Amino acid sequence: MNYLPKLMQFALLSVLLNAPAAIAAQPAKESAGKAAPVVSAASASQAQPAAAIPQAIPFNRLMRVAPRRHLPPPEDGLRDPASAETAFLQPPLEVFPALPQTQSGLGNGVNWVAALNDGKITPRWDRLDPTAEAMVMDMSIVRVPKSTMPDVVFPHKQHTQWLDCSNCHPDIFVPQQGANQISMAAIILGQKCGVCHGKVAFPVSECRRCHSQPKVEAQPKQVDAKGGAKP
Amino acid sequence: MQSLIRRTLMSRMLLVWSLVLAATFVYTRPAMAEYGDVVINNYSDAAGMRPVVFAHWFHRVRFTCKVCHADLGFKFKAGGNQINMLKIIDGKYCGACHNGSIAWSVSNCNLCHSGKPGTPTQVHESTLQELATPAKATVTK
Repeated sequence: MNYLPKLMQFALLSVLLNAPAAIAAQPAKESAGKAAPVVSAASASQAQPAAAIPQAIPFNRLMRVAPRRHLPPPEDGLRDPASAETAFLQPPLEVFPALPQTQSGLGNGVNWVAALNDGKITPRWDRLDPTAEAMVMDMSIVRVPKSTMPDVVFPHKQHTQWLDCSNCHPDIFVPQQGANQISMAAIILGQKCGVCHGKVAFPVSECRRCHSQPKVEAQPKQVDAKGGAKP
Repeated sequence: MQSLIRRTLMSRMLLVWSLVLAATFVYTRPAMAEYGDVVINNYSDAAGMRPVVFAHWFHRVRFTCKVCHADLGFKFKAGGNQINMLKIIDGKYCGACHNGSIAWSVSNCNLCHSGKPGTPTQVHESTLQELATPAKATVTK
């Protein structure tokens, strides 16, 4: 049985590689079903920017956006409606309409960084002290992927607004240039950036929020002085 | 002999690919809870309680990640903290706030223990979970 993990890994990779083919085989089936408007809307929104500027391939249609319904807790499918107390829990729609939304609608559909910067939410930095403020470090790091994808700009600023240094360093990321091997496979499997991105922070299918800086020819490494990644 | 090996290899590949294809087409109606909702079912089912559903969105509106994941020592891993009621009553983990002064106290069992019985420990709608129930899972009525 010790080949099982290997097999699982292979199956996962195969799913990833297989995705475009498998979905290409589907349209006839889907256009007949209820799914048609969702699918066409998704593909239309993906096709538009690609048509305007020749850019990297839009990522993995397996991760299509589900229509966000933000159901109240008793109807959300995860909580037990049989328990009377479930009805006391705050429904997401009491909060989300006031928060800035992301274009893609992925994840919660909420742009949490913008919500924080706009003062729409004021999450405490300390459990007890409402006046405590984050130690924000404004330093962006540019990583150059081997593929044709645009460079990754990692903004420490947006991350230190939420997190402590010790959350990432040194366990997840060694605080040293060139010491961290990062791949999308690792991220999708929940390592490196994937410890948060893909679980709570915006998912990896929002490619361009990380891969945000066009590749520069003959300048392999560049640090963005302004610290300006898109939030 | 070689052809036999090749045949077994081929059939194994075929099996894997058919599994992959099957996984791509399987339709499962998704739970529509929020992205990042964590189900914690380390001990609940065995103890005859509903599993805990932790709403990340609710908490991050009120607290930064650092409060729980640095100060209170929550690991970034669903079910990875071995939380039990003893620790909570002792003021650790959830109990640091859920003590009746910052948030509701532990006597409100069912506000946290609100999941459908038998729901496994998971991060709801995580990328890995999406890949395990792909494509069709995102299509709903």
